[in-house]
Amino acid sequence: MTEDQNQLLESEAHPLDGFLREGRIPHIFCPGCSLGSITNVLIEAINESGIDPKKVAVVSGIGCTGRIAGYLNFDSFHTTHGRSIPFAIGLSVTDPERKVIVISGDGDLFAIGGNHFIHAARRNANITVVCVNNFNYGMTGGQAGPTTYVGQFQTTAPYGSLEEPFNIPNLAASCGAVYVARYTALDVRRVKEAFSEAIAKNGFSFVEVLGSCPTTYGRRNQLAEGKKILEFFAEKTVLNHDADTRDVQIDKNSPIIVGKFVDIEDKPTLTDNLLALQRVSQAKKG
Amino acid sequence: MSKQKQKFLEVSTGEHFTTGNHAAAEGALAVGCKFFGGYPITPSSEIAEHMALRLPQLGGNFVQFEDEIASIIGILGASWGGVKSMTATSGPGYSLMVENIGLGMMTETPCVIINVQRGGPSTGLPTLVGQQDIMQTKWGAHGDFEPIVLCPNSVQECFELAIEAFNYAEKYRLPVTLLLDETLGHMSERLIIPDASKIGKVERKKPKDSPEEHLPYKPDDDLIPPMAVAGEGYRVMVTGLTHDERGYPDLNTKTQDKLVRRINDKIRLNKKDIIKVEEYMLDDAEFAIISFGSVARTAKGAVNRARKKGIKVGLLRLITIWPFPNERIEALAEQVKKIYVPEINYGQITREVERSVHGKTEVKGIFKLGGAIHNPQEILKEIEGDA
Repeated sequence: MTEDQNQLLESEAHPLDGFLREGRIPHIFCPGCSLGSITNVLIEAINESGIDPKKVAVVSGIGCTGRIAGYLNFDSFHTTHGRSIPFAIGLSVTDPERKVIVISGDGDLFAIGGNHFIHAARRNANITVVCVNNFNYGMTGGQAGPTTYVGQFQTTAPYGSLEEPFNIPNLAASCGAVYVARYTALDVRRVKEAFSEAIAKNGFSFVEVLGSCPTTYGRRNQLAEGKKILEFFAEKTVLNHDADTRDVQIDKNSPIIVGKFVDIEDKPTLTDNLLALQRVSQAKKG
Repeated sequence: MSKQKQKFLEVSTGEHFTTGNHAAAEGALAVGCKFFGGYPITPSSEIAEHMALRLPQLGGNFVQFEDEIASIIGILGASWGGVKSMTATSGPGYSLMVENIGLGMMTETPCVIINVQRGGPSTGLPTLVGQQDIMQTKWGAHGDFEPIVLCPNSVQECFELAIEAFNYAEKYRLPVTLLLDETLGHMSERLIIPDASKIGKVERKKPKDSPEEHLPYKPDDDLIPPMAVAGEGYRVMVTGLTHDERGYPDLNTKTQDKLVRRINDKIRLNKKDIIKVEEYMLDDAEFAIISFGSVARTAKGAVNRARKKGIKVGLLRLITIWPFPNERIEALAEQVKKIYVPEINYGQITREVERSVHGKTEVKGIFKLGGAIHNPQEILKEIEGDA
């Protein structure tokens, strides 16, 4: 062990302390939940991006993942259920220099907030959206949601879910997102890399992270520990950057395809277009 | 100044012949609104159209969102981005907005919502007048808060009260509703826009302490906390959860009591500053009409006709609907034999007037259920029956 590492172990401080709000820890996440690791790599990605922390705003909706904004020591906004994205658009267009990151759950972003997601992607809003997909509504006690796969057991699907889930990367790609990636919480290095790339992007960038929720998803689906869910991911995950997003649907028996599926350059953003409109409409000012 | 150059100015000084909707939009621009988020709905759409035309010329932004929910939350985001922001809608759209008006109340976010009322419930009478959103603007969202709602009755006042709405929003830190109706929104009359130097502008209080010391929800003596916005280095923390002075969620009865009491009391204790009424021929009145919005115009006609017949009637016109001018109305109840309340709904303001008079006089609602304004004769007939 190096001297630096020794010092770190003896220190009462964490190297990322300044990025977390004093007095907000301990967090509310359950043992085995992956939101801690995801928060950790999100902070690292923001830190390494070199963006002035004053210019970073983080917005969440409601739910377990929705709590993340409130732990981060940036301008942070914990909004209403499903509404993080239009709030982020208001923040984003009022300062073209501002980097706005939305982090929220699958129910928040794709059930109650689904309409906002597709329209923000369509208009190429200059925001980064991270969805932590845990396949269920965790905070309210494990109900089925828009990402619950067929045959999955949840409190409102006691006989197994009947409905097809959203193929989220395909939804994002088909609505116009300029960056789309999916990884599992097991592979935090790739998650961090995806966060870094998404943050560096101009336009609507999207990362889906498949998370572990032992408490309300795992217990009902023979995966009652965080470790078991990560092992399940290790077993089932196939990395394929070239996958057609139409083929990355998640179901009970097929492999889970992860990778960077979309990375488009130079598509004008909503903010670019609004600024161009200001210039055009003022051209006759003389 | 040429019309060509004037369109690049926030304040379109001069004489205009225009509609209530356009006048309200011009009022918003004159007081410095720089972001509009909205969704088309009759009879308010002309406001969005006018903002789409004018905002880019003034270095502002117009975003047509996917629905009214996105519109209200978008303007809350823009307000935290540091600009004055607004949306416009009608009853059904306002219904979709109320949850996030609640978020605006809880997070103390300045912004303005214009609601051009039409007949309801539901899709109702999209192209015809109504005054049926009185209680929706007060009680629409869950939880306790004191909204500010202003109600103009002329094109000129649409302009002036749009400015006031922004000023109250900035001063008291809350979403303020400007309540028009279809008749007012669509009718044209003279509008005089004063010189830019005559436009009174209020800006939100800014923190004087450093980011390290700053507590974003610690109020001053006036119960209003100074507002740091995103990008100023204060690392603001904003949540719709019950929060302490740091802005941190703190879910207990004590913090809830302190916070909810304060966001109500900051308005209740300033009712004198906020409540505006117009009094017409009330000094010697034996009967009174209480009215608001476009109906107050025909109510004034009824007063004039009654006076010609020797009946001593006066008019109290409510310009501020919420907070409700209950003290003025109680005083009036001690003076007059009867109060008439013509309104285009089934008794919303009438109920509030009844509550205010404490049985000291008789209150008679004159209701139209939507679609048309009262004819002065209809109001006069009621009074003549009693005089």
